[in-house]
Amino acid sequence: MRSEPVVQVQALVKRYGTKTAVDGLDLVARAGVTAVLGPNGAGKTTTVETCEGYRKPDSGTVRVLGLDPVGQSRELRPRIGVMLQSGGVYSGSRADEMLRHVAKLHAHPLDVGALIERLGLDSCGRTTYRRLSGGQQQRLALAMAVVGRPELVFLDEPTAGLDPQARRATWDLVRDLRADGVSVILTTHYMDEAEQLADDVAIIDGGRVIAQGSPEELCRGGAENTLRFSGRPGLDVGSLLKALPADCSAAELTPGSYRVVGKVDPQLLATVTSWCAQHGVMPEKISVERHTLEDVFLELTGKELRS
Amino acid sequence: MTATGTGMYTPKPGAAPLTRMIAAQAALETKMLLRNGEQLLLTVVIPTLLLVLFSTVDIVDTGAGEAVDFLAPGILALAVMSTAFTGQAIATGFERRYGVLKRLASSPLPRWGLMTAKTLSVLVTEVLQVVLLTVIAFALGWSPHGNPFAVLLLLVLGTAAFSGLGLLMAGTLKAEATLAAANLVFLLLLVGGGVIVPLDKFPAAAQDVLGLLPISALSDGLRDVLRHGAGMPWADLGILGVWAVVGLAAAGKFFRWE
Repeated sequence: MRSEPVVQVQALVKRYGTKTAVDGLDLVARAGVTAVLGPNGAGKTTTVETCEGYRKPDSGTVRVLGLDPVGQSRELRPRIGVMLQSGGVYSGSRADEMLRHVAKLHAHPLDVGALIERLGLDSCGRTTYRRLSGGQQQRLALAMAVVGRPELVFLDEPTAGLDPQARRATWDLVRDLRADGVSVILTTHYMDEAEQLADDVAIIDGGRVIAQGSPEELCRGGAENTLRFSGRPGLDVGSLLKALPADCSAAELTPGSYRVVGKVDPQLLATVTSWCAQHGVMPEKISVERHTLEDVFLELTGKELRS
Repeated sequence: MTATGTGMYTPKPGAAPLTRMIAAQAALETKMLLRNGEQLLLTVVIPTLLLVLFSTVDIVDTGAGEAVDFLAPGILALAVMSTAFTGQAIATGFERRYGVLKRLASSPLPRWGLMTAKTLSVLVTEVLQVVLLTVIAFALGWSPHGNPFAVLLLLVLGTAAFSGLGLLMAGTLKAEATLAAANLVFLLLLVGGGVIVPLDKFPAAAQDVLGLLPISALSDGLRDVLRHGAGMPWADLGILGVWAVVGLAAAGKFFRWE
């Protein structure tokens, strides 16, 4: 068991006019990195902004570090760091100036110079915010979220639109935060980001959490795996199926290319190869595909994640 | 948690003392304002040009006596309006649009602290404006009279009235609409608020209405004291007080942070 929850959301409902953005959402996030994964419009930002105290729930309860984000905002705000999806900086301010300013609002801020160097913001020089590149603006927003040495950091789509190098720099920082005991809640619609960074993934769709667990648990529990091999065309798939456990399926997808779907374990692999041996088939290009979060997501929602 | 970090990010949260937060915020807001060319045009260049131009060239008949004695109080009122109303409305409108207000709302600085800092920044700017314009007016031969305390009271109430109206606009309209409307109002009040054109140049019916505008009350009150050496201009202070209460209450009620 890990420690006390850092975020606890129960039966959260949030409507905008007639549109229900969040519809009875339950979420428990513990220390470490939690990724809130879902397509655009799933309710990720609304959920996170309710935790940050920006929105009042229409019903349900939200506790962050044990506090009510709206009613106990004053106690909570110094303990969290917030990175908005965009903006948040005076258009006429320089990166170092804005970061130093946010540092001044905290009692024990990080060394601003070291943070600027760490995130490669020293290249911004005297350029004002509106003239920074998208990547520089994102990194500044990230720096502003961590400079106050918070216990918990909320990152809303921290790498959206970043080039691969800037993305990796952001991932490294998230890993460093985790290693130093800072909890992170991040929203993303990038599968690999959740797989790479998160201890725990909550999949949101239609304003609800439809699955939650570690990336491994989700991939193991939610989806079946696939075994592929090639052989001569026209093998007796019916006979293969009889040799396999009952919950497996087998098919010849294209002539000579076979697929077995089921709980792929060493025993299953042995069953398939011994069936091949009995039938004088040399299986080539045997591969076992572990299901990714992308497959899990597709299975659970019937939707492609990247929209 | 197995990985060991560098310890650089080890949590140590805490808010800075309130006074330090507000001072830092006020300093940053003032810096942003003084760095912005359009804002400087509005708060420094236009009032200075109008003061010099209309004092030295006989464009508008300002009545008996030195033109600068009529103009200097009006230009001081204009300076207050340019900073507390126009400048603050435009800056705050864009801060709202670009998520600055939203981001600061999740920082340790309370919302009232942010508003206090904005007011301090407006006051600092006004002090700079008043010093500059007073020096120029003296160089043009200005000879002011009256009670400095009455002048101060007028400036403070005028600032409150214009701040309320500016924040109301910034907190309810789109940034672009605020930009356009704040400039338009600035221009209209410059012409019709007794700043450089005496109100008695307008038809009598119009004078009664124009006299109730905050800019007219401020320029008229300042002129009564500084030009004629009047005591407390209660009527003008009353008009400014009503505008301040109504404007600030409406801004408090309708202001949207994002």
